[in-house]
Amino acid sequence: MKILVPIKRVIDYNVRVRVKSDHSDVDLANVKMAINPFCEIAVEAAVRLREDGKADEVVAVSVGPKAVQEQLRTALAMGADRAIWVETAEDADLGPLGIAQLLAALVREEQPGLVLLGKQSIDGDNNQVGQMLAGLLGYPQGTFVSGLEVVDEGIEVVREVDGGLQTLALRLPAVITTDLRLNTPRFIRAPDIMKSRRKPIAHTGAEQLGVSPAAGPRLLAVHPPEPRAGGIRVESVGELLERLRQAQVI
Amino acid sequence: MRTLVIAEQDRGRLAPATLNVLGAAGELDGPCDLLVVGHDCAAAIESARVLPGVERVLVADAPVYADRLAENLAELVVAVAPGYSHLLAAASTSGKDLMPRAAALLGVNQVSEVIAVESPARFRRPIYAGNAIATVESDDPVKVLTVRQTAFAAVEPAGGTAEVVELEQVIEAVATRLVGEQLAESERPELTSARVVVSGGRGLGSREGFELVYRLADRLDAAVGASRAAVDAGFVANDLQVGQTGKVVAPELYIALGVSGAIQHLAGMKDSKVVVAINKDPDAPIFEVADYGLVADLFEAVPELIEAL
Repeated sequence: MKILVPIKRVIDYNVRVRVKSDHSDVDLANVKMAINPFCEIAVEAAVRLREDGKADEVVAVSVGPKAVQEQLRTALAMGADRAIWVETAEDADLGPLGIAQLLAALVREEQPGLVLLGKQSIDGDNNQVGQMLAGLLGYPQGTFVSGLEVVDEGIEVVREVDGGLQTLALRLPAVITTDLRLNTPRFIRAPDIMKSRRKPIAHTGAEQLGVSPAAGPRLLAVHPPEPRAGGIRVESVGELLERLRQAQVI
Repeated sequence: MRTLVIAEQDRGRLAPATLNVLGAAGELDGPCDLLVVGHDCAAAIESARVLPGVERVLVADAPVYADRLAENLAELVVAVAPGYSHLLAAASTSGKDLMPRAAALLGVNQVSEVIAVESPARFRRPIYAGNAIATVESDDPVKVLTVRQTAFAAVEPAGGTAEVVELEQVIEAVATRLVGEQLAESERPELTSARVVVSGGRGLGSREGFELVYRLADRLDAAVGASRAAVDAGFVANDLQVGQTGKVVAPELYIALGVSGAIQHLAGMKDSKVVVAINKDPDAPIFEVADYGLVADLFEAVPELIEAL
């Protein structure tokens, strides 16, 4: 089985974002970028399936400008066999639907048995691409997954849902989106990085894929959230209680 | 303009979040219908038909809908979508599972976690774990939205007189099967709609230590939450996680015990009205958002607090 793993380049999760002074967007100039944490979990899950003999090829793919090749290299260093860069312009205005349309065309070309991707990216927090991709392809979907097991008829996934956990059996091909507790991604060692440099990154684009991807909703403005009024330190449990009674919350 | 709200129901019970989504629908112009999907959901239909502002309750009640799978529900939503300008659902795990799939089948974008309706086409939503708020506008012929429950007031669960319309479509999900569910049973108030939430973090140290959170919550009739660290460490189950990727809460009172306050956690609770933090680390970032911070050993301060309440 071939596994396709779409990944995204995002701001590093440790960086505190700042909104630009003209409120046009957040400021990403000279900010550390990284593979989206949920995507990293998806790469790890795919590589583990191959290591366990449940899959024979892991293909990482990323949609974006040239810089996404850095994150594809990360996926290759983690163990992906090859990578595909779907090039878009620096200022391309794609939303989750446009990304899903490009990925759907790629899935039709590559014919993977499984598409594994992160449930959301920590920049847009949309949580949409996997579900949209599954819809466009007519595939079953297993979202927010914290456990998975390849079985005879397909794949069983444990989903983290509001009420607890839910187990679904999906026929393949299927789309699965990963939650945080699926695994802990491996540490990349220097020899892995060396080896990844010899692995191929193929190049394609919307035109070659025969897709005119939809633009996302227009971003009109970005503002910082309302700041919370400064709080105070209390010295004792007694003082805390007094304050809470004054605030009439207990 | 006409809005369709996709209700959330579980074993015949209408989820409280549906009342908040109707609150958001009330900020759009035009009439509103409610779609109830499931099997044996007569009780949910009864609750639905008295909701104010609902003109019609569309009902799809069939065995194939019992497990509320996104695959066939999305097709059903697409089948009933013509004639609607807006499709709304809660930004719950089931709304997030369903709505992007339905939007893609309709060939339109979806706007996630809406926290404000500025116009029928313009919405505000948090991005970057709530560290920025985006204003977005959609030109799509039908706007598909998930709504953050805590950002909109719930409508009263009474006073309406909706017409009930049974839908004919029966759509099967052929490639997906529900194997089982492990749902948490709790007598406590529901986390996302509770007036008071007591949350525990890594500082509790163990599953046993976390008992302190339950004891304080019982004293205050509060819901219990947890940080990702506490869930990862196995102190509690995943359904209690508050944060960017867990549940978003905005109670009148949020008490964080031994929670360090990573930005991902703050994203899920910083709209709470009053925040209390008790932590022995005076530099914990949780104190930056706390109205009242107490630097103390949890295992001394919390029993003292319970005693004094």
